[in-house]
Amino acid sequence: MKDYLIRRLIGTLPVLLLISLLVFLLIQAAPGDPTLMLLGEDATAADIAEAQRRWGLDQPIHVQYLKFLISAVKGDFGRSFKYSQPVSEVIVQRLPATIELAFFSVIVAMIFAIPLGVWAAARPNSWVDNLGTTFGLFGISMPSFWLAIMLILFLAGILNILPTSGRSTYGIAGEEITGFYIVDSLIQKNWAAVYDGITHILMPAVALGVNMLGILMRVTRSAVLEVMQEEFVVTARAKGLAERRVLWRHVVRNALIPVITVVGLELGTVLSGSIIVETVFAWPGGGSLLIIGLNARDFPLVTGLVMTYTVAFVGINLIIDALYAIVDPRIRY
Amino acid sequence: MRSLTLESVTSLPANLSWLRTWMRPKVYVGGFIVLTLIVVGISGPMMAPYNPNHQRLERMLQAPQGIGGEHVLGTDNLGRDILSRVIYGARVSLLVAFAVVFISGFVGVGLGAISGYFGGKADFTIQKLVEVVWAFPPLLLGITIMAFLGQGLFNLILALVAQRWIPYCRVVRGQALSLKTRDFVVAAQCLGAGRSRIIIRHLLPNLIQTSMVIGTFAMASAIISEASLSFLGVGVPPEIPTWGTMLADARIYISTAWWLALFPGLCIFLTVLGINLLGDALRDLLDPRLKRTASGL
Repeated sequence: MKDYLIRRLIGTLPVLLLISLLVFLLIQAAPGDPTLMLLGEDATAADIAEAQRRWGLDQPIHVQYLKFLISAVKGDFGRSFKYSQPVSEVIVQRLPATIELAFFSVIVAMIFAIPLGVWAAARPNSWVDNLGTTFGLFGISMPSFWLAIMLILFLAGILNILPTSGRSTYGIAGEEITGFYIVDSLIQKNWAAVYDGITHILMPAVALGVNMLGILMRVTRSAVLEVMQEEFVVTARAKGLAERRVLWRHVVRNALIPVITVVGLELGTVLSGSIIVETVFAWPGGGSLLIIGLNARDFPLVTGLVMTYTVAFVGINLIIDALYAIVDPRIRY
Repeated sequence: MRSLTLESVTSLPANLSWLRTWMRPKVYVGGFIVLTLIVVGISGPMMAPYNPNHQRLERMLQAPQGIGGEHVLGTDNLGRDILSRVIYGARVSLLVAFAVVFISGFVGVGLGAISGYFGGKADFTIQKLVEVVWAFPPLLLGITIMAFLGQGLFNLILALVAQRWIPYCRVVRGQALSLKTRDFVVAAQCLGAGRSRIIIRHLLPNLIQTSMVIGTFAMASAIISEASLSFLGVGVPPEIPTWGTMLADARIYISTAWWLALFPGLCIFLTVLGINLLGDALRDLLDPRLKRTASGL
């Protein structure tokens, strides 16, 4: 067990190294000179040389890569051009918003997908099943950013019941403790702020969760159908248990294992989906920061974010693999 | 890691289940959508009532006038005809999606077959590449490539192919591993067939079915990703009308002109839905064991 986990950990190191090389090469391939962009068209040659020396852009490429790698390991991606602040600080300020949003979107997806999936599987090929399956397919096929715009149009524009952007109404949030607004408000028993936070997160969470909802619904349905074939289900029925109890206590419990696995697998999709959904809702997280960085050609910031997201993604996958190995001892590398 | 499960080699269903599959409404609805799209895409210039980039500021932001009206789906903030732009957008989406699926399929199936059949160093190298590229969150690699290499059709296709060849590669590698021990391959070897001949003549024909299923889902995801990148402003150059750029333009006018956002988005949704419906049917028909290709990318 331990050996397996250690081997997996060591196995990710070369992957991370190659990722850093790939990102570095992409930055090098970028057209346009960032120094010119920052200093403006009328910068003198001396200004440019000075700036290049200051940012280490005058050194040979392999030296630049090594420096990049060493700093990246330390979590230091330099100073953001746009914010004139260390990149790591900018990112750390923004990450709680992304984590909060991702968490809520997974919750939204699970709340709808699991009952729908179970409901559909309990009556295979009925109209309920057809409706549920169609709904699942709609979820999978839905472009999240379009759903986001449509939600804004109907819920904020026409019905005017939810706010269109941001994490909270200005001035309502209390002191920042963890950076997660809703958690902070709960700790401070600021109920108005909790409500405010939830109204703000609802639309982005639905938009971000919709694809996962569709996938989870299908996985739940097929998992439940599969477990229903097991003999212990027949036994439970033979004992005279009510069908409802057989379904929810015996079948669903066992069917949840693949469902949870898929939640883990889809976290990466949620992470990258958040880039686009955050942009639509002006959600102040890492995803919208990436787009801000791109538009400003703030390369240190973009590099820092790409590396952070990728390392997080690799980390999530590693944790899921480890959890899986713990749950199921048959799984080995 | 995200993975595709495939226990063994594909086989055609022995019974008549293909008949039932073809009778399903899925096939009709999906097929209708996709066929319409292809027809509209090919005959776009003939069908579109206006030049999609023709600006007439005196007609800006006109609401949809319905069939028979001058601007059936209305006009945008620069007075351009939405219907014409949606039709031209279909061309771009289709072109990009087909290119991406075929290039990804070519690269993925090729590398997968080499990886599985030769094993050893080639396998190790290819699998490391798979691991590294797959380690990026989906879409993020696309955004990164577009951000650093710049907008343009070629870069866009490259960015979309970047991760999309991997599902092919993984599944095909697994199949090639099992196929190469089968009698007909051994027989071909005994008859003195070269390795490239075995791969091309004996392995590849057996890999086409599953690749088609993967390709269908890859096409659906390519359309969404292309629209996403264009929406974020890192996709096709702004002068080419696409559904994604139309949606990006529509965001500012969301409270005043709903039709700007409704129609291009609806097109993306219906297209992806149609392809997914066909993909589902195709999977049921060709290989019920191939699961989980719909998600992920």
